[in-house]
Amino acid sequence: MPIEYYVFLSLVLFCIGIAGTLMRRNAIIIFMCIEMMLNATNLLLVAFSKMHNDPSAQIFVFFSMVVAAAEVSVGLAIIVMMYRKVHSVDVNILNRLKH
Amino acid sequence: MDIQQVLFWVLSALAIGCGLGVILSRNPVASVIFLILTFFMISGHYILLNAQFLAIVNIIVYAGAIMVLFLFVIMLMNLNADTEPQKSRLIQVAGAISGGTLLLVILAALRTSLYSVPLEKGATDIGLIENLGKTLFTKFVLPFEVSSVLFLSAMIGAVVIGKREPAQEDGGVGAALRQPNQN
Repeated sequence: MPIEYYVFLSLVLFCIGIAGTLMRRNAIIIFMCIEMMLNATNLLLVAFSKMHNDPSAQIFVFFSMVVAAAEVSVGLAIIVMMYRKVHSVDVNILNRLKH
Repeated sequence: MDIQQVLFWVLSALAIGCGLGVILSRNPVASVIFLILTFFMISGHYILLNAQFLAIVNIIVYAGAIMVLFLFVIMLMNLNADTEPQKSRLIQVAGAISGGTLLLVILAALRTSLYSVPLEKGATDIGLIENLGKTLFTKFVLPFEVSSVLFLSAMIGAVVIGKREPAQEDGGVGAALRQPNQN
């Protein structure tokens, strides 16, 4: 397959993630859309690794997964704490900086 | 059309369809299931790209560990389609339009600038665990060690944040945040 197909596929997945982040109010869904964007970039990195025959890009995908795992553990802890405080996962409640 | 192309198109269509399912389904549990399916499709793409070990790691780490964490949190909070907060229709349309516009702009920019390189079939052993391990422990040994420190700090951070604070149930930030919701 030509490389551009993979570029376009990961681009579509990334833009779905961005649209979901803008459209939803549930903090967990927004978080999942960010995970989808991370995976789209991972797919692009693997495609370029195949194109250049270089394993470095795949190692980079590993580190991106590591950062994603750490981010998920801390982020979900923050969402659980927020739910415990305000009994909702609606991000619109967290707009105290506006007032 | 050989088998690889057929697999590419099927996996791509399923990945995009499941990705749309994530953002369009009302029920958060259905969103998680769709996202897990998307990750499986992306793992299929990894196998097509000769990144076999990454495909397995993607399934184990993402679909197995991270998404189960999401599912636990959603079920802990007892979220379903009835409690799901909905943005107004206008903001939803605006979000969809801005996402689609970004897609169109980058697509138009890349369509002419990318030179079409077919991914050659040679060197299929690049994604095997032996090659990746050699690269990881020679060229990237310092980032590997740093990532262990990152994991440790993330673990401590998650425990500290998730700990229930004693005798501060209703004061402080919680009451201040809940106030604008009532009036």
